[in-house]
Amino acid sequence: MAAVYRAAPAEALRIVPLDAFTAIYHRASGITHLVGPPVPEILTALGPDGLTLPALIARLGDTYDLLDADEAALGARLDELVAAGLVRTA
Amino acid sequence: MKHVFSVRIGPVGFRVGSDWRAPIRQLAALYAGYPQPEDGVPDFTVRLFAQRPWRRVIRPAVMIGGDFMIPDAAPLPLAQGLLAAEMAMNLQMALGQRRYLLLHASAVERDGRVLLMTGESGSGKSTLAALLSQRGWRLMGDEFALIDPVTGLAHAFPRLVSLKNAAIAVAEAAMPQARFGPLLEGTPKGAIRHLVPDAAAVAAMDMPGKPALLLFPRFGFAPDIRDVAPGEVFMRLTQASTNYVAMGERGFDALTRLVLSIPAQAIDYPDTKHALAQVEALWEAL
Repeated sequence: MAAVYRAAPAEALRIVPLDAFTAIYHRASGITHLVGPPVPEILTALGPDGLTLPALIARLGDTYDLLDADEAALGARLDELVAAGLVRTA
Repeated sequence: MKHVFSVRIGPVGFRVGSDWRAPIRQLAALYAGYPQPEDGVPDFTVRLFAQRPWRRVIRPAVMIGGDFMIPDAAPLPLAQGLLAAEMAMNLQMALGQRRYLLLHASAVERDGRVLLMTGESGSGKSTLAALLSQRGWRLMGDEFALIDPVTGLAHAFPRLVSLKNAAIAVAEAAMPQARFGPLLEGTPKGAIRHLVPDAAAVAAMDMPGKPALLLFPRFGFAPDIRDVAPGEVFMRLTQASTNYVAMGERGFDALTRLVLSIPAQAIDYPDTKHALAQVEALWEAL
């Protein structure tokens, strides 16, 4: 079964949009992440319920104009977000 | 320690102990108008001590220590003992301050609103703050701006203004009536001379102000002014803060609030005359 990716729970993060960049404070590690698109969009799309990678691509495609979405590239970004604690797998 | 000096600078109390009388005497003279720490209890303790007992007298070299230390700090000659004391006091603030978010910035105030100027050594932030203090602005500090995470207000930290190299002659010419410390030549940062903040800066140092404008000055370039977007401001200020990481979520909240509440501009200037005109124009346009 494909892995489901969930955004970290709201209480785990402080998210402050600045401009094109968004500042995210990860409470557990005390680390600040300054992220650009599509990271905030990914977190919003995943939400607490989570999505599989193909479902995430479909959801992002519904909301934004995704030109030739690359599953491998998005998967790599998701893995980075998991390593940073901003996204969880289950 | 044999010789001791205590002082309060803004909200921060210091106690400086020294193996030698000279640096303490200089500190006492230059900080003559300043109050004592609240309730006599300092926030930070600084020690100026000899590397070996005989180095008190033979080629005396000042080691700096205190509550917070860096392990590989090189000693300074006794003639630069005042600089050693100032560096040690800054170090305590940089490493130990937890009540306020510390920005490596100069700050001046007018009508209760604060202009913050941040940049690396040589950007001119100290010089501009000193010159503005002669033109109707209140000097709040040339090195650290203290941002209260609860109120968002900037608190003053008007320590001695550290003028370096070419800035020394500029300040001496602009402020012939001001009080200066001894000229310290051949320091790790070149020539240094301390300027005593004026009486108004000391008298009002307990009065915080609301941040209104942030500038990134850069000396030695053709005049230019550009807006700096919040994302870049945030990134530059995390680098310009010595205690951002240690402050945790309070630091994050204080910094994002500051970044989103005030405009920020980078100003390039070839000389202080241009810079002062740029500052006044940007302030008027707020």
